[in-house]
Amino acid sequence: MCLSIPSKVVKIDKENEVATVDTMGVQREASLSLMSQEDIKIGDYVLLHIGFVMNKIDEAEALDSLEIYKEIIDAMNEEDRQMAILEADECPNRGE
Amino acid sequence: MGLELKNLYDDFRDGNTIKAYAKIIKEDAKKLKNQINIMEVCGGHTHTIMKYGLPQLLPSNIKFIHGPGCPVCIMPKERIDHAYVLSMVEDVILVTLGDMIKVPGSNGSLQDARSRGSDVRFVYSPLECLKIANENPTKKIIFFAIGFETTTPMTAALLDAVIKKDIKNIFFHINHVTVPEVMRELIDSRDEHVDSYNNKIDAFLGPSHVSVISGSKIYEEFPRDYNRLVVVSGFEPVDVMQAISMIVKQFIEGRCELEIEYKRLVTYDGNLKAQELIERYFDKRDLFKWRGLGNIPKSGLKLKPEFKEYDAEIIYKDILPIGEIEDHKLCICGDILRGMANPPECTIFGTACKPTSPIGSCMVSSEGACAAYYKYGNLR
Ligand code: SF4
Ligand code: SF4
Repeated sequence: MCLSIPSKVVKIDKENEVATVDTMGVQREASLSLMSQEDIKIGDYVLLHIGFVMNKIDEAEALDSLEIYKEIIDAMNEEDRQMAILEADECPNRGE
Repeated sequence: MGLELKNLYDDFRDGNTIKAYAKIIKEDAKKLKNQINIMEVCGGHTHTIMKYGLPQLLPSNIKFIHGPGCPVCIMPKERIDHAYVLSMVEDVILVTLGDMIKVPGSNGSLQDARSRGSDVRFVYSPLECLKIANENPTKKIIFFAIGFETTTPMTAALLDAVIKKDIKNIFFHINHVTVPEVMRELIDSRDEHVDSYNNKIDAFLGPSHVSVISGSKIYEEFPRDYNRLVVVSGFEPVDVMQAISMIVKQFIEGRCELEIEYKRLVTYDGNLKAQELIERYFDKRDLFKWRGLGNIPKSGLKLKPEFKEYDAEIIYKDILPIGEIEDHKLCICGDILRGMANPPECTIFGTACKPTSPIGSCMVSSEGACAAYYKYGNLR
């Protein structure tokens, strides 16, 4: 039940403390009463839980993680390539 | 590169990244002296681990222990019976979150109560109570509140709105529970059993969204006082793999620390406004009974005495059943929740007990260990 979903803020109604958010193309309203007013802007990514915005997604941290993932995949691919070369080098009949 | 919603869904589930982490972990794990047992406290993690088959990607010296972390799964029959009885009161509309629909109490589930004529409504958000109360001015709306720290502030926000708007017909039955207390209990009770279950918890995967609210600070005591490291991890499979990699690295480097993998949402302090709301309205109970685990000190919340006029547990105390109720004899949920048994070891797993007809609580929510095994374990 706590599997909250990332969404994007598209509209803010300050008076009623309500944001309209987009969750993969579906728009809905979410309460901002757990957030400080100045914290949330249009275009922010937020986490939604049972009708409330529970926090803002730190964009820099998210991009950092994605960058790290890219690097480890790149590193792995390099290793995979070397493995492939090594394996190709290994003649099954060598030493016979 | 800018962030897009698509990143947040796809890139944190990317198969190649998962595989890359599997490789790193395999290499690193060769340097481990002993097997490490990682308990994922939260059922959300259990769900991810089973769904993406992560145990098969890990070397044999890294094991998962599935923890108790689902507020639906741990709800004891006594509390469901309260909800059931309240829903049967003439002028009451009982409102609760959809997750509670099937959880069996001693007279059946809330769904059964509804088919027997009571007015039970399953909602997505507690805020729907406001609308229901407005549309039914002659009825009493009782919100049966469940959930960990993740969900507690939303109940507090509803009460806050009820007080501010001076709404007279919304009441609360509080069943909120807290995570650090049950982690402590699990360590202590397993340490007692360490001879019979020689697989102690070495590390915890800290629940993601609990910490979005409470911050990572609530786990500080575990590395410090219990010598158990904690990595707070997100729910996506890549998050879980990265967190495991961080755990393994700590063991290799001889560290025992609290770390955050889920930095895009979790800080040390958490959401202070939400914490402030929780503190304003709730006190700790001396004891709260967890299904399968029994009474755990200070692990549940209740409304503060000054809000007793909103507290259904006080208002209806004369009709609410008291006595303790035993769990089903064959159900081994208790051992599963303690991480001492796996679901297939239950003799009625997948036969008498299935998601469509759950006998124990772990089969109820999709995050329960038995339900996750049933769905993804191919063990039927
Ligand atoms: S309800 Fe699910 S996601 Fe939330 S704490 Fe429980 S197991 Fe984790
Ligand atoms: S399979 Fe059902 S009865 Fe067995 S432990 Fe799980 S929930 Fe309990």
